[in-house]
Amino acid sequence: MAGTPRRMRPLRNIYAKIAAIPMVLTALVVFVGGTLWTVTYSFTNSKLLPKLNFVGLDQYERLWSNSLWLTSIQNLMIFGILSAVLTITMGFLLAVLMDQKIRFEDTFRTIMLYPFALSFVVTGLVWQWLLNPDLGIQEFVRGLGFATFEFDPLSNPDTVLYGLLIAGLWQGTGFVMCIMLAGLRGIDEDIWKAVRVDGIPRWKTYIFVVIPMMRPVFITTLVLVASGIIRLYDLVVAQTSGGPGNASQVPAMYVYRYMFTAQNLGQGFAASTMMLLSVLIVLIPWAYLEFGGKKNG
Amino acid sequence: MADITSQIPASARTGATAIGSGPRGPKPRRRLSPGNIMLYGTLFVVSVYYLLPLWVMVMTSLKGMPEIRMGNIFAPPVEVTFQPWVKAWSEACTGLNCDGLSRGFWNSVKILIPSVFFSIIIASINGYALVNWRFKGSDVFFTILIFGSFIPYQIMLYPIVILLREMGIYGTLWGLVLVHTIFGMPILTLLFRNYFSSLPEELFKAARVDGAGFWGIYFRIMLPMSLPIFVVAIILQVTGIWNDFLFGVVYTKPELYPMTVQLNNIVNSVQGVKEYNVNMAATLLTGLVPLIVYFASGKLFVRGIAAGAVKG
Repeated sequence: MAGTPRRMRPLRNIYAKIAAIPMVLTALVVFVGGTLWTVTYSFTNSKLLPKLNFVGLDQYERLWSNSLWLTSIQNLMIFGILSAVLTITMGFLLAVLMDQKIRFEDTFRTIMLYPFALSFVVTGLVWQWLLNPDLGIQEFVRGLGFATFEFDPLSNPDTVLYGLLIAGLWQGTGFVMCIMLAGLRGIDEDIWKAVRVDGIPRWKTYIFVVIPMMRPVFITTLVLVASGIIRLYDLVVAQTSGGPGNASQVPAMYVYRYMFTAQNLGQGFAASTMMLLSVLIVLIPWAYLEFGGKKNG
Repeated sequence: MADITSQIPASARTGATAIGSGPRGPKPRRRLSPGNIMLYGTLFVVSVYYLLPLWVMVMTSLKGMPEIRMGNIFAPPVEVTFQPWVKAWSEACTGLNCDGLSRGFWNSVKILIPSVFFSIIIASINGYALVNWRFKGSDVFFTILIFGSFIPYQIMLYPIVILLREMGIYGTLWGLVLVHTIFGMPILTLLFRNYFSSLPEELFKAARVDGAGFWGIYFRIMLPMSLPIFVVAIILQVTGIWNDFLFGVVYTKPELYPMTVQLNNIVNSVQGVKEYNVNMAATLLTGLVPLIVYFASGKLFVRGIAAGAVKG
């Protein structure tokens, strides 16, 4: 580490290299190694223990003919699309409201963001209680005199996803709002002056100028939100336990079930590989857009 | 109906960049313009939506069961009782164990402290090495780390089970601490890397000239200079680890379950009569730690989550 010329010497930066061992091990052994391991074993017929007995695509064929998996995927698609569209729209609208130089901005932000500090388990359980048909919101409104009022999403297989959605939005929109607000604040003040000179109304400015300018912020938010949605697990476990019946099962629950309770590791590996694939579908175009065209750190 | 926003002059927008150009400060406007009423009205309604669950949690946890059965979920308790809190803390049952949530609480504390400590120490050293002591391939590992943070945990669950079993710590608190250290690494490393790279490089160079080495610079210069970012990292990790559910279920045994897992088992147990007041007290107790951290930390929390948003 003395002032010798910079040549490739293994001992150069030796302390830094030693200090980086945990990072290197995590990256190579856990992230790369673990992923490759699971993908490899998804082509085997491992049951209780992982065994390298390759059976080709058998597990995947079984996976895609399993109605529980198909339900899980369908649920995730519906929940995911609605949740992504709504969190981002609502997050952006709230950010626009917050950006009107309002009073008590900190108070409003604190209120909107606190659910994000809470766990999905807490979120799920609170909303399970609020949506309780006998004692929750439904009963409260009926008590006000609307005797036929119906608001019981969690006990109906057709609406249970919307019950989850309400809870998910409650937990996550504050976070999106904060990112969007940071994005809005990053927009050059001169833009606002220019459109004012041109006499363009503010709502038009938002739609035709601000939103296109904030495209990277929207894309980053979408990637963050989407990778969170694919992982969706605790919220469902806490709020509905996958029910009624299997109406609100999600892929992450399927993986857990086959890996740790149904003793069918191969299925669990195949399902988790599909989850990885779905993340890559989101991630690769994003990485391409973000780092592909231009070079920046 | 005119649009709300167009009535607010553009010059009234906030703008840190606008200083020194033209008249300063917002243009005075009427307090009770229709636009303002709509604006604050909307924000008020939104705030009610966000606050109601917290209100209901607190109110339900302070009521007795007969009062809850009357069906007004939003009403404050007629008779305040702390019995549900006591029961949730020390008597609520999970399976055959009836020692309440306190067990889960202490498990979570035992998991939290070493996890926060180790994950932050390791990540700050990573960030420091990545900025000031780059070596061949260091950025490759960092990129893998960042991409790894997007990979669904499910795909790494089982390999880590094997890893922990080989190390002899599967099912122990230390196993879970290791898992939290691993999965906290991407975001924290990013956080520290970004922070250290914003420090003036001359500082590091001057220390090198004075003969300080890797650890000397880390402990004497970097560490004391970066206390705020350590606080951000602590906030991020305390809430993140406390709220974890999946790793707790997978990598520990029932008697070591963290609070979130035990809470779920208490509330969603199918046996016995549902005691909603106890359930809500338990839920609130579990949410209390992150809530306290959140309300005490204010803008630092926002900074922490913003760090996660500027990945890459």
